[in-house]
Amino acid sequence: MTGERFRIGFLPLVDAALPILAHELGFAEREGLHIELVRDMTWATVRDRLLYDHTDAAHMIAPLAIATALGRDRPAVPLAVPFVLGLNGNAVTFSTSLSDAVGLGDTLGDPQAVGAALRTIAAARKAAGKPLRFGVVHRYSSHNYMLRYWLAGVGILPDDDVEIVVTSPPFAADALAAGEVDGICVGEPWNSIAVDRGVGHIALATAQIWRRGVEKVLAMRAATLDERRDVVEALVRALHAAAAHFVEPDTVEASAEILARPEYLDAPRDAVLRAITDRIRLAPGGEPMHYPDFMFQYREAANFPWRSQAAWLYSQMVRWDYMTFDPAQAATAGQVFRPDVYRSALAGSGAPLPGASSKLEGGLAEPIGAGSTQGRLTLGSDRFFDGRAFDPDDIESYLAELP
Amino acid sequence: MRIAIIDTSTTRAAIISDGLREAGLDDLVIIDPSGPLVAQIESTSPEVVLINLENPSRDLLEDFFAMSRALARPIAMFVDQSDAEATGAAIDAGVSAYVVDGLSKQRIKPVVELAVRRFQAFSRLQRELDDAKNALAERAVIDKAKAILMKRRQIAEPEAYALLRGQAMRTNRRISEIAEAIVTSDALMGEIE
Repeated sequence: MTGERFRIGFLPLVDAALPILAHELGFAEREGLHIELVRDMTWATVRDRLLYDHTDAAHMIAPLAIATALGRDRPAVPLAVPFVLGLNGNAVTFSTSLSDAVGLGDTLGDPQAVGAALRTIAAARKAAGKPLRFGVVHRYSSHNYMLRYWLAGVGILPDDDVEIVVTSPPFAADALAAGEVDGICVGEPWNSIAVDRGVGHIALATAQIWRRGVEKVLAMRAATLDERRDVVEALVRALHAAAAHFVEPDTVEASAEILARPEYLDAPRDAVLRAITDRIRLAPGGEPMHYPDFMFQYREAANFPWRSQAAWLYSQMVRWDYMTFDPAQAATAGQVFRPDVYRSALAGSGAPLPGASSKLEGGLAEPIGAGSTQGRLTLGSDRFFDGRAFDPDDIESYLAELP
Repeated sequence: MRIAIIDTSTTRAAIISDGLREAGLDDLVIIDPSGPLVAQIESTSPEVVLINLENPSRDLLEDFFAMSRALARPIAMFVDQSDAEATGAAIDAGVSAYVVDGLSKQRIKPVVELAVRRFQAFSRLQRELDDAKNALAERAVIDKAKAILMKRRQIAEPEAYALLRGQAMRTNRRISEIAEAIVTSDALMGEIE
């Protein structure tokens, strides 16, 4: 296979790194692929280009891939996710005035403690007829679900006590500056840009809400996977190689340089570098602090599409779209994630391949060895901030127990 | 049938609204891209919304439509499953359409088709304009390179042009590329004799 053209849509975000680096550093060419990157400014456009054949695959927020497959807001189109582009990497940033009111300190606070302080302010603002307003990047985004999980978990009802609106990442800092929102939950480098502009203070990393939360995925039409299975498997190998390269400490400067370019993120190199080295500047003028696992792109088979991750996202869709749990829909959602493709693409490569396709999410407090069919696999703590665990085989009970 | 047009290009918005008016569809609302989007849509309650595909407000707009499910006539994206080709053509042309629930297909189709034609016409115009601009820029750089050659080599204009052309043919490059190289090197090394 040589010179197979594969078009990939993306939004200017740090976690579009793997397809960009696979293209720039020759990992794709080595697999006989020629990647063409298509940059857009909204997820709606990324989705439309994918569905109407302007692109072959897309860097996509995981819940949007599931919503599209389930036909939320529009007719259903079967999608496939053979590769996860990363875990977490997002943050909740407060406006400077909300940060002062909550009393954010020089280090990342405890989600429970920050939440308790926020609850008091949210109640006061609601009583005054001016409820707090938060911006998330899309209604079907992990940002929306992480923020809501945290708010509900600390006793703030996302649809009653505060307002949650949609703000595109490149405009999130502007919205904070203009006072249109009191807080944002977006990906990098947009939190850091808000901090550097002096309009925001990072309150939490989303990794503090769910230590191993699924973030962007490589999504494609299921038909594309069926028709070009070999090409897709080659792409999975190229992205996996790019991920291994991306997490090597001595490559970060060069990666930041590439990502910051106008045709990719068009963002300050320093803000990109901080994100990919897990160093975050919380407040304007402050020193960046190291928060391990802020972004998680490779280790612990992070790119493996666990069906239980898709199931968790479906559970949150049921929760916040106020739907009734439907076993058939849950099955459709789970089947969007394709661990089978990941396994066959990387068989014989030495990459650790989990034996199971689904796991208890949030069940690990300590790193533990996990069953694998190839390589050695260790999974680190994947806790939710409230200590709850998600059993993908019993979504109904899980939903019943949530606040 | 009230139609709202949201476009980052005011010129294109005007071209589309002219076309719709000519077709007898004159209940039009042109949304001010610098104003509050949702408030403008809400207050005018259109039945069809046309928006350019690359508009940065689309996620916000779709969120509003999803929330408006609670309203009497919710708006959804125009996806005609019986005619996926039509939606595909709209996406190719760079336009997306949203319509209120229950509006008949016969009424929407001509609107979308017209918008598609107007978007295509606009792209064609834009391309022609870009080509014209490029041609002008190329001519300017060639003139500059000729002037440099005339001064450096003490030759007349036709000879300077012949030099450029000859070099372009020998190296299989465009005359404007050769000219650009000369202008660049002159800027860098102009002082060296």
